[in-house]
Amino acid sequence: MSNKLKVAVALATAVAFAFGAVGCAASGTSAGTNDKTYVIYSDNAFAPFEYLDTATNKYVGVDMDLLAAIAKDQGFSYEVKNEGFDAAMGAVQAGQADGMIAGMTITDKRKETFDFSDGYFDDGQIMVVPADSSIASLDDLKGKIVAAKASTQGATYADENKDKYGYTTQIYEDSPTMYQAVENGSNAACFEDRSVIGWAIKQGDVKLKTVGDILNPGQYGFAVKKGSNPELIDMFNKGLANLKASGEYDKILAQYGY
Amino acid sequence: MDFARVWNEALPLLLQGVLTTILISILSIIFGMVLGFVSCMMGLSKNFVLKWLSRIYVWLIRGTPMLVQAFIVYLSLPQVVQLFVPSFRIDSFTAGLVTLSLNAGAYLSEIFRGGIKAVDKGQIEAARSLGLSSARTMMKITLPQALRVAIPAMVNQFIITIKDTSIISVIGLAELVNRARTYVGSTYQFFATWVLVAAFYLVVISALMWVSQRFERSMTYDAEDGSGPGPGAKAAVLAGEYIRGE
Repeated sequence: MSNKLKVAVALATAVAFAFGAVGCAASGTSAGTNDKTYVIYSDNAFAPFEYLDTATNKYVGVDMDLLAAIAKDQGFSYEVKNEGFDAAMGAVQAGQADGMIAGMTITDKRKETFDFSDGYFDDGQIMVVPADSSIASLDDLKGKIVAAKASTQGATYADENKDKYGYTTQIYEDSPTMYQAVENGSNAACFEDRSVIGWAIKQGDVKLKTVGDILNPGQYGFAVKKGSNPELIDMFNKGLANLKASGEYDKILAQYGY
Repeated sequence: MDFARVWNEALPLLLQGVLTTILISILSIIFGMVLGFVSCMMGLSKNFVLKWLSRIYVWLIRGTPMLVQAFIVYLSLPQVVQLFVPSFRIDSFTAGLVTLSLNAGAYLSEIFRGGIKAVDKGQIEAARSLGLSSARTMMKITLPQALRVAIPAMVNQFIITIKDTSIISVIGLAELVNRARTYVGSTYQFFATWVLVAAFYLVVISALMWVSQRFERSMTYDAEDGSGPGPGAKAAVLAGEYIRGE
């Protein structure tokens, strides 16, 4: 009995020391400059916010450039993983990622599970149809199939209004597949973020056009899991404000045609 | 991890998805069997053109990932067809069905070929020397025995086809995975939803395994549970007696 007790005391002491040491180490880093490397997840096909530059084989875009500029301004290091929008949300929720930046619109519903930075880009959804389509408004969608991308505001909008306008929805995982399905006429229209489709059309990559007004205006935000990494949100907001003040923010956006 | 919430909210959505998954699985397996059989017969034929058509088909399908095939059938193929028929449209169900059937067909073709090769050559020679035509030998002697050998591999392919339907979710077919993704996308209930989806697949595949076990038992000469030969096995025995002239 007494032997077991001794072992228990020894173990408890060892554990206490170990925790003490970790505690010291942790407080040591937070006192100085923050040298933690944050893992940031992002989408992999969401031009012009993040997309693969085939010339350099690197991910570029508004989000990537903004993140780089803000990290430089605030002096934190990070690593980006472009794994897709769903994967990014899953990784943040699972604690595998410290944050995500993926052209993610700030919504009340998402605020239940994420903490957002200040909005860094104004956007909203717009209806997209083939360039030669006669569809001019939501009322022309009756009996048609409308495409949307999973987990996006466009999908939510498409779902909420399908009874009102009498169309059915089809859900894709990425924008290029969705665009091609609309171009091929497999689907009559899709709902996409105005910024993204505007850029794609401007690039001449897709034979599509936008019709009507922005359906539900919103803002993009940088997100972390609710209640975690508050310092990251803080640094993002400060950095963003600095970039706006210095004019670098406008410069980055101008590169992508905004 | 809110299973009760996911169960209440997502069940109608997921059940619709399961129905689509089951429907496209059954159709793909049927079309795949037909394609596989035709391709296998072409492959064994002495006709050079038929033989190579079959080989090229199996080579193309086995040599490329199904995900890529799904994109080609749904996104690339219509562009080619529309050059000739501008009004041509393909929906994701049809595209998915074509992809899955082509896939199952290519693998089943090889499975059938393996089954036929496993039949003792002496039996075929005996049947031919007794005056049975080669077609009749194939139908009465080779195929019943080949089928018996091929059943485990066939069932395996059916299971793979059911699972492969999840790949078709990328072209927007509202099957189980696509539905689940839609639900997860707006609720973030990752854990419970995907566990539930896994359970649905388990149920569907278990049902298939149950049916196929019964079928396999009916085809097996010496049933493992000692219940004696089933009707399929009896047919094979009768075929043997027919050859021997009994």
